[in-house]
Amino acid sequence: MPFKETDYDVIVIGGGHAGCEAALASSRLGMKTCLFTINIDSIGHMSCNPAIGGLAKGHIVREIDALGGEMARAADFAGIQFRMLNLSKGPAVWALRSQADRNLYKQHMRKTLEEQPNLTIKQGIVEQIITEDGTVCGVITNLGVFYGAKAVIVTTGTFLKGLIHIGLEQFVAGRAGEFASIGLSDSLKSLGFEIGRLKTGTPPRLDAKTIDFSQTETQYGDDPPIPFSYKTKEIHNPQLPCFITYTNQTTHDIIRGNLDRSPLYGGRITGIGPRYCPSIEDKVVRFSDKERHQVFLEPEGLQTKEYYANGISTSLPYDVQLRIVRSIPGLQNAEIMRPAYAIEYDFVFPTQLYHTLETKKIKGLFLAGQINGTSGYEEAAGQGLIAGINATMKILGKEPLILRRDEAYIGVLIDDLVTKGTNEPYRMFTSRAEHRLLLRHDNADVRLMQKGRDIGLIDDDTFEEFKHRRQSVADEIHRLKTTRVFPSVDVNALLQEKGTSPISEVITLEKLLKRPEIDMDFINTISPSEITKEVSQLVEIEVKYEGYIQRQLEIAERMSKLESRRIPDDFRYEGIPGLSNEVLEKLKKIKPSNIGQASRIPGITPAAISILLVALERHTRNG
Amino acid sequence: MKNLNDTIAAISTPIGVGGIGIIRISGKDAIPIAETLFKPKRNIKLSDVDSHTIHYGFIRDPKTNEIFDEVLLTVMWAPKTYTKEDIVEINCHGGYLTLSKILNLLLKNGIRLAEPGEFTLRAFLNGRIDLTRAEAVMDLITAKSEAAMRLAMRHLQGQLNDILSDLENKLLDIVSLYEAHVDFPEEDLDGNDLKNVLDTIEDLIQNLNRLSEGFHYSRLIKEGVGVCIIGAPNVGKSSLLNKLLLKDRAIVTPIPGTTRDVIEDSLEINGLPVRIIDTAGIRDTDDIIEKEGIKRTRMAVELADIVIVVCDISKGISQEDLLMIEQTRGKKTIIAINKVDLTGLDLARQKTNFLSNHEVCYISALNGFGISGLKDVIFKIAVGNMVKTDAIISNERHKHLIDMTSKALHNVVQEIRQDSPIDIILIPLREGLLYLGEITGRVISDEAILDRIFSKFCIGK
Repeated sequence: MPFKETDYDVIVIGGGHAGCEAALASSRLGMKTCLFTINIDSIGHMSCNPAIGGLAKGHIVREIDALGGEMARAADFAGIQFRMLNLSKGPAVWALRSQADRNLYKQHMRKTLEEQPNLTIKQGIVEQIITEDGTVCGVITNLGVFYGAKAVIVTTGTFLKGLIHIGLEQFVAGRAGEFASIGLSDSLKSLGFEIGRLKTGTPPRLDAKTIDFSQTETQYGDDPPIPFSYKTKEIHNPQLPCFITYTNQTTHDIIRGNLDRSPLYGGRITGIGPRYCPSIEDKVVRFSDKERHQVFLEPEGLQTKEYYANGISTSLPYDVQLRIVRSIPGLQNAEIMRPAYAIEYDFVFPTQLYHTLETKKIKGLFLAGQINGTSGYEEAAGQGLIAGINATMKILGKEPLILRRDEAYIGVLIDDLVTKGTNEPYRMFTSRAEHRLLLRHDNADVRLMQKGRDIGLIDDDTFEEFKHRRQSVADEIHRLKTTRVFPSVDVNALLQEKGTSPISEVITLEKLLKRPEIDMDFINTISPSEITKEVSQLVEIEVKYEGYIQRQLEIAERMSKLESRRIPDDFRYEGIPGLSNEVLEKLKKIKPSNIGQASRIPGITPAAISILLVALERHTRNG
Repeated sequence: MKNLNDTIAAISTPIGVGGIGIIRISGKDAIPIAETLFKPKRNIKLSDVDSHTIHYGFIRDPKTNEIFDEVLLTVMWAPKTYTKEDIVEINCHGGYLTLSKILNLLLKNGIRLAEPGEFTLRAFLNGRIDLTRAEAVMDLITAKSEAAMRLAMRHLQGQLNDILSDLENKLLDIVSLYEAHVDFPEEDLDGNDLKNVLDTIEDLIQNLNRLSEGFHYSRLIKEGVGVCIIGAPNVGKSSLLNKLLLKDRAIVTPIPGTTRDVIEDSLEINGLPVRIIDTAGIRDTDDIIEKEGIKRTRMAVELADIVIVVCDISKGISQEDLLMIEQTRGKKTIIAINKVDLTGLDLARQKTNFLSNHEVCYISALNGFGISGLKDVIFKIAVGNMVKTDAIISNERHKHLIDMTSKALHNVVQEIRQDSPIDIILIPLREGLLYLGEITGRVISDEAILDRIFSKFCIGK
């Protein structure tokens, strides 16, 4: 019998972005929680680039914030550059991206976790998940200690049987310089989970003292910086620029001449890598006619000289890495502080999960983050938050939190994972969302804050502020709809100055604002009001896009009717006349929770859905 | 995915058969929408009439005021109807064109084309029919969708698929281009790429519209090719018909004018359905019955896709025969030189060499000589006709989807011209891709778009 230390409500395995959110959510909701990490000093560590946000990812950070998660606040605390991307392309695809000081980010996360009541942090390697009658009951660590738990959340990132490749050298590690987790993967396999293998990579880190920045382009952030979190009023850190340089033919020749020493091209790496984050050797091979590739030099923090060379991720040997780096303008004398590497790791095919992120096989066992085949800090954190909330809801016997595809990118993410699965590291893109216009950066609070409040993760002040902000928006829109502008020489002169046609009849401010050439600044000059810049922007989006948003809402509404036709857990697909074997197998594997989800499973035909509707109706009537 | 709460319509009588056709509409908007399109003879309002009552009037396009057909319209209020929803049935004159025009009018006015079996599905879900019956219908749907799949497979090998794939491919390129600009603003993408998009889209719209216009050729497949047999009295038209059909369909007598009415039957040539029409001989006559027959013959010629003029070579090519050939000007015509058993082939050829501008077949309707050659010529002309168009859309739903795609792309053009932001332009753009995908059966998922992005653009910061 192993030594038994303590019983917890929730045990979280892993202290990365998923683990932190999971542990914070469950402990904040009153669960006695323990977070196990292989290395306490690595809590909240950003293994890859020192940046948070970007397209769809920035949206997820906002959603996490609106639901009461921590990532946005950590990113604001650590942010040393903020940029709102796509400002010329319409509000649905505006996205915030930040550079983060790695150490400040970790510092904020660790402090928040340590100060959190109900949460214990332990350094240790969990080797085994213990179950009883298909229900999780605890874990055993490498020291042979047993900890009881009503729910276990596994967030192991790249650590499951992690294997690092640098050239033809390879070594077992969870991340450069850290242990891998070997036993846990086998434990999951012996519980019956289907396990696959993925690959990802990271570029070299360089010493700023040895970089000649004068040969690079400088990219500054927005001034003033816009924070992620609704709670953050101001960014305090000094802001730093990034620098851009480019590879050239010499770089590409070096790479081509050394492909035989690449573990990727030599076949030593079997895991599937992400297409959107290819190594430099991949880019050179696949796009051979491209003359140059961008390299972003991103600062790692305020107190360090380390720079992250974004764009030249590679698994080529160290000597080739040096030659690649030194062939690039500005980097001729650069010293590599940490070499680039590729890492392979185990993941669990996510179709084995419910939308709650609980596994279908083992009750009380939840998986979140890279173990589910995703990539990215934000995707991990979003899942961690949902797993933490749902583990809690399960223990409390309450309704789980399942976000719909028209409600949140987190909803799209999880629905894609559990319905379609993935074969490569899954990253979120806005193109994956069918209701992109509804899932905006600016309306994350409208979409989710009430839910965060109901769950118990949004405090009074934040919620009051939210209500106040939205009331101001509603008031201003009401004002615009009821305030009329009369045609006059002055007004028409102003309108013509703006490049829009003059008015000959009375028109409301709202109608005027709908004109493409007119913005809120203009409205404010002809009819001032005392709203904040933030509210003014929200009003502008709502008024200008009202028609489009309304149309997407209607489509979403129609689709949600299919989502509301639920398929009970115990529903038997066998013996339904007319279903092909292929369809039958898919339905049995995915166990869709409603007709909408069933219709999204690859290979399920509309005819099969009709048949399913009939069978479902019979099931309901016969009880 | 279909929505079970909107209003649907379909032609509910078999195509090409019978004198009247029925279009059925079911759903909550059935009566209000019918009301906007129906011009009753008497002063009534459809929304006020009793359930299960029939009303006489016209179907009229409210936008153009064009009258489509004279109809009888049945109103049935829920719940005592087949689907337990409000139902309107429009009885109109059965011509395929009329039915299809009225159906299109409905689709333009907010009604959705019903999926196969959807009326029954609704009937079941609304508790109108029992499970056994519903399941039987479901089986039928599966069978139908399998048949549709086979048909689709056949199309897969054909030109239609090539054209659609090409359109889809171009559209996917455009979508991927825009999506790449949205999702990867920090990549080194060429902004000029977006400038040529408008031309490509307008080109796509033209192609789609051409496809849509080619829809009427599908009639050839659905209703069969109409072949009309004409000729002077007693040249052997009815014998030819019987030989083609391999049965005694027409009464054959040596008395001229035996066939007083138009006789219609169908056969298959190499799998192509052919409706064959035997007519009364055309000639000047005082016989009233025969006059009526001749009138109908003229109409049959008018409506036919191919006309066969039969001549009796044993009597030589007569003035009457030449008049007959003259009457078919502008039609695809085959001249069938009959009774070569009496003259011999060589003499028949000699006597008709002045007809070399025409498609001529030498036959004997008596002993069957040349009949299979004649069938080949019919097939060649009919199919040759189709091949001249780009491709054939044989399915009302496909035409509808192609029109919807075209409409979506029109909206794209409008948004681009208005300088709308990319996220707005992408809405109709992806809508268009979705419609096209429904025809080809390929689901263009976001994965396919991402595939295209990653294969075309070097992404990866």
